[in-house]
Amino acid sequence: MHFLERIKRYDDSLNAFITTTDAQALAQADAADARIASGTATRLTGIPIAHKDIFCTNDVKTSCGSRMLDNFVSPYDATVVSKLADAGVILLGKTNMDEFAMGSSNETSFYGAVQNPWKPGFVPGGSSGGSAAAVAARLCAAATGTDTGGSIRQPAALTGITGIKPTYGRVSRYGMIAFASSLDQAGPLTQTAEDSAMLLEVMCGFDERDSTSLNEPAPVLVESLQKPIRGMTIGVPDNFFDDGLDADNAAAVRTALAEFEKLGAKLKPITLRHIELSVPAYYVVAPAEASSNLSRFDGIRFGYRTEAPTDDLREFYMRNRGEGFGAEVKRRILTGTYVLSAGYFDAYYLQAQKARRLISDDFLEAFEDVDLIAGPTTPTPAFEIGQKTDDPVQMYLNDIYTIGANLAGLPAMSIPCGFVNELPVGLQLIGPHRKEDRLLQAAHQYQQATDWHLKLPPAFI
Amino acid sequence: MSLKPEAIEKLCDLARLEVGADELDDVVDKLSRIVGFVDQLQSVDTSAVEPMAHPLSQPQRLRADVVTEADQHERFQANAQHVMDGLYLVPKVIE
Repeated sequence: MHFLERIKRYDDSLNAFITTTDAQALAQADAADARIASGTATRLTGIPIAHKDIFCTNDVKTSCGSRMLDNFVSPYDATVVSKLADAGVILLGKTNMDEFAMGSSNETSFYGAVQNPWKPGFVPGGSSGGSAAAVAARLCAAATGTDTGGSIRQPAALTGITGIKPTYGRVSRYGMIAFASSLDQAGPLTQTAEDSAMLLEVMCGFDERDSTSLNEPAPVLVESLQKPIRGMTIGVPDNFFDDGLDADNAAAVRTALAEFEKLGAKLKPITLRHIELSVPAYYVVAPAEASSNLSRFDGIRFGYRTEAPTDDLREFYMRNRGEGFGAEVKRRILTGTYVLSAGYFDAYYLQAQKARRLISDDFLEAFEDVDLIAGPTTPTPAFEIGQKTDDPVQMYLNDIYTIGANLAGLPAMSIPCGFVNELPVGLQLIGPHRKEDRLLQAAHQYQQATDWHLKLPPAFI
Repeated sequence: MSLKPEAIEKLCDLARLEVGADELDDVVDKLSRIVGFVDQLQSVDTSAVEPMAHPLSQPQRLRADVVTEADQHERFQANAQHVMDGLYLVPKVIE
C-alpha cells in the first residue's frame, strides 16, 4: 500500500510507470502474507517491484514503450517475470522505457519522457529510465531492466542507484522483447548491491526456452558479499579518462577508486586499445539484429494496425510499421537494413563483427592481470530533456563506456559514487565472464564504506 | 557521407517501413550522420581477425523436434484485430 500510494502521489510528475497493477499487487501481497505465515517465504517474498515494460507479463499490457504494442496484452509471462513471481515478489506495475529499448534518455518512449527524480527537466537515462527513476524516487523497492548497450548501467548512474548487467546468457531472454539478441541481457536496478545480488540470484539460471541461455548452474551471489576485497587488483583503463569525460565526473570516479585502495585493492592502469571502435561497431551490430528482430511486427497477428484503408498487402505492412514505430526505431531499422544489404554487408556488418572481436580480446587480455575493471559509467551526469535529440550520434556517444561490456558479453554494473551539480555520478565495474559474484562483492564492500547509495532525491523523501 | 533520398526509399521498401514525405528529409539527414559515424570502422585493419557472432563463442543449442506447447490459438488471436474461423484477415492479395 505504501508504494502504491507513493506511485499515485508522485508518478504524475515523474512518468516512470506506463501501467500500474494495483489489483494484482494487493492479491500478491495477501498471498505473500500467507506464505510468510506458513513459513515458506523466500528472501524476496512480499518485496514490491516493477518490471520494465519490455518483459511480457501475463494478462498485463506489455507495450515496450511503443505505439506498435500499445494494444498488446501479453498472453504469457517472461521467464524473468515467472521466476520472480515464484519467489513471491509483488508486482506494482510496468515501467516506462525508450521505445523498444532504443535510446539513452527515455525520450523515445511513445508514452513521453521520464523526469530525473534529482532534477526536473533532466533525463533519467535510458533505456530503462522508468525503472531507474522509480527506484531512485522510492516508488518501488527494486525494478527489472535490460541492457543492450548500457540500458541498465547508464540510467542507474544518472539516477544515483545500483544496477547490474550479468554475463551474456545468465538470464533467460524468453519473453523479453528482443532488440539485439547477441547483446541483450536483463538485470536488476536497486538501491544497493546487496539487493541486486538477491534479485539477480533468482533471475539467473538455465532456461530451455532461450536457445542462448548459458547451460550452467545459477551463480551464488549473496554469500560472497561479505568477503573483503583486500588484495584484489582493479584495472583502470586510461582511455576511459579522455577528453570526452566531464572533469567533475572524473574527479568523483577518481575519489571512488581511492576508496577501493583504502579497502586494500590495488589499482593498475590498463589500456583497452580498440575501445573507441565500440560505439561504431555497436551501431552496426545492434541495428542489424534489430532490423531482423523487429520484422515480426506486421500489425496483423498483434500490435498496431493502420486505420487507413488499403487493398495492397505490401502497402498494408508498410503503413502498419510506418505508423506504429517512432522515429528512432525507424532509424535503427533502416540503419540495420542498410548495413545488411547487398554490397554493404562486408564493409559494415562483417567489419563490425571483426571489430567486436578486437574489443573483446582487449578485455580478455586485461583480465589476465586484473580481477576487475573500474571507471566511469557515463561521460557526464544527466543532461537536459531535449538537449541531444537533434543529433543521434551525440546521443549514441553517451554509451561509450558501457557498450564494450555488451560486445564482449561481460558482466558489468554501476554504483553511485558522488554528485556533480546535485546530479548523481556512477562508477562502473566490469568483471570477467561469469564473475557477477566478484562485481557484487566489490560493490557491496564499497557501499559498506560509503553512503552515496543511501542518498534520496530531496523531493521524494 | 550523404545518402540520397532514393537510397532511403529503397531501404524503406526492403524493410517494409513507410516513411512519410514530411519525415524524409530528417531521415536522410540523420541516417547520413549515422552511416558517416560508423564509417570509422573502415580505419582498422581486420584482415587477420575472425568475425565474432557470439560473446561466449557458444554454438547454437538445438532442441529435439517435438511438440512441447499446447494449442492456445484462441488466446493468442485475442491480440489480433481481425480474425475469422481461427484465421488472420489481411487485405485481399489474389484477385
